[in-house]
Amino acid sequence: MAVTRFPARASGIADRIAGFVAHLRMNGLQPGPAETADTLAVLGLVTATDPAEVRLALKSLMATDAAGWRRFDDLFDAYWFNAGKTRSATTSAHVRIQSARPTLWQGHIDPVGEAGDSDGETAPGAEDGEAEGIDGRLIATRTDNLRKRDLRELMDEDSRRAAERAARDLARAIRDRRSRRRRQARRGAMLDLRRIQRASLARGGEPIDLFRKARPDRPMRIVVLCDVSGSMQVYARVFLAFVKGLIDTDARADAYLFHTRLMRVTGALRDHDSLRAAGRLSLMAEGFGGGTDIGGALAAFADAHAARALSSRSIVIILSDGYCTGTPARLAEALARIRRRAGRIVWLNPLLGWKDYAPVAAGIAAALPCLDAHLPANTIDALAALEPEFARL
Amino acid sequence: MTARPHTDLKEALVRTGYVADDSLAMALHLALSLGRPLLLEGPAGVGKTEVAKSLADHLGARLIRLQCYEGLDASHAIYEWNYQRQLLAIRADHASEETLFSDRYLLKRPLLEAISQDRAPVLLIDEIDRADEEFEAYLLEILSDFQITIPEIGTVTAKARPIVILTANGTRDLSDALRRRCLYAYIDYPDRETELAILARRGPALEARLARQIIGVVQALRREDLDKKPGIAEMLDWAAALAGLGINDLTEDRAALQATLVCLLKTAADRDAAPPEVLDRIIGRVA
Repeated sequence: MAVTRFPARASGIADRIAGFVAHLRMNGLQPGPAETADTLAVLGLVTATDPAEVRLALKSLMATDAAGWRRFDDLFDAYWFNAGKTRSATTSAHVRIQSARPTLWQGHIDPVGEAGDSDGETAPGAEDGEAEGIDGRLIATRTDNLRKRDLRELMDEDSRRAAERAARDLARAIRDRRSRRRRQARRGAMLDLRRIQRASLARGGEPIDLFRKARPDRPMRIVVLCDVSGSMQVYARVFLAFVKGLIDTDARADAYLFHTRLMRVTGALRDHDSLRAAGRLSLMAEGFGGGTDIGGALAAFADAHAARALSSRSIVIILSDGYCTGTPARLAEALARIRRRAGRIVWLNPLLGWKDYAPVAAGIAAALPCLDAHLPANTIDALAALEPEFARL
Repeated sequence: MTARPHTDLKEALVRTGYVADDSLAMALHLALSLGRPLLLEGPAGVGKTEVAKSLADHLGARLIRLQCYEGLDASHAIYEWNYQRQLLAIRADHASEETLFSDRYLLKRPLLEAISQDRAPVLLIDEIDRADEEFEAYLLEILSDFQITIPEIGTVTAKARPIVILTANGTRDLSDALRRRCLYAYIDYPDRETELAILARRGPALEARLARQIIGVVQALRREDLDKKPGIAEMLDWAAALAGLGINDLTEDRAALQATLVCLLKTAADRDAAPPEVLDRIIGRVA
């Protein structure tokens, strides 16, 4: 057993426990001062010299959710046995600095502050999943770009908040689908006098049984599929923040990212810690910035997730530019399958915001017949401006 | 040898028919000693609810259960006046206000019931994540003070602190405040040995070889990509079904075996995900 690494000044058990609690806090668990105090009480209830018992006892006390429960053993070993890895927040942030701000993103992320530094950079496309066609149009390529992108860099506080606001408004516009009709309900704002009167006959005219009625709530479930391929990287920051906002504000929403593959990111985005969420996301989005196979990704969605995720009260939002390496027929077929299950399909296309854009790319042309709406979205403001459009859907 | 209260508790629970792992036994021991509520999380069908029942059984305490659901409100969780009787009493006896708002006309719901017991009961608050957030906030107040105020009567304070066990399934996230109030234990699917012990305790009498095969198949199925992984209750159902059909060896009668799978796989998608070939492979491995 390795030697414990108590600070030399740690004098007694209280100091060591305090150190352990600080160690846990640094690693994302959140024991409060009350837990520190409870620890000492707990140690009185178990054999304090038996590491196994103390481990179990402290685990029950300090962990507050499944994630903490799983990590606790490692953290315990790390502190008391000096064995596990210490994963302190500060260290990881420091390590990330080198990989943060990938050169390619610079021009887009911070055009004011960093514009001067980017003279040595290559144009987006030259070394990424995008290739420049002869006539200068972007053509998607089928490379799986395995470079890791640090999405944390993409989410500064302000833009995240703006995106969350836009997402919240949109979610509300979509979800607020309450019926005009009123139905019998257990808890409702209004009394159902007609039924009360009728039931009172059986009670000799006393209105004893009270019935209520309310507008049935008919929320729409939002499912977002966000394209994170190379051609979309200019917009990825906006869209990811938007997706994160949507997930945060709507407990029912579901999110997926795709490039050449599809992955569900709802769980990662639900993480309370938005920095960690971004970190998890960037791990999942390995290959972020590569080519696109929209048809394949949508087909994968229809195969694996649609049965569970979609109902006639679902609205599917696809965030993509429609540049695709798969065949248009496959895309149309996948969309048609989703169409059969979902209530609405909306395609938000950043390119639609361009002045002379016409949806002539084979992929998007094939997709159009299946869509309920094909709307422009390239900035957060544009997303926010979509609210009335969504309300009409 | 020093006393090990949590292993004692573990053994006591085994006697009531519940096989707990060490971490759960420790969490229960602390919950009992510190008088703090215990929050249990884990996949469906791992016996979270059963913990409370066995604990009540072991302590000889009464089990009071509050099943949470969306829209659960105070009148169903705490108390309600019996309006019908009150109205009748007004009509028939011209009852006065004091008699109307007395214990006679009070319908005690689980929470009030739990704190008005003379002897500490086990209060099981099942699937707390299904209740609304407002209810969760109210529950916090009760869990910290163990008292309930009824405006017409006054404050009822617990004579004996109930032992509170909450379970959650992840329908929604619980508030940090509630998590912080509670001790925590995550119950996962049991490992092979534990599950064998559970089968021996709770299931029909089976040959050792069949028991091993059953557990092997169930554990292998949990590793498959299923919507609803078979829990312990499903495993026990299946064991009972096999015993009822007189099957002694899973490798023998494939048709009957396939038919009994309804006990384990409960959605059409899952049944498709475990076709006979997959099953053959699994059985081949465990047999």
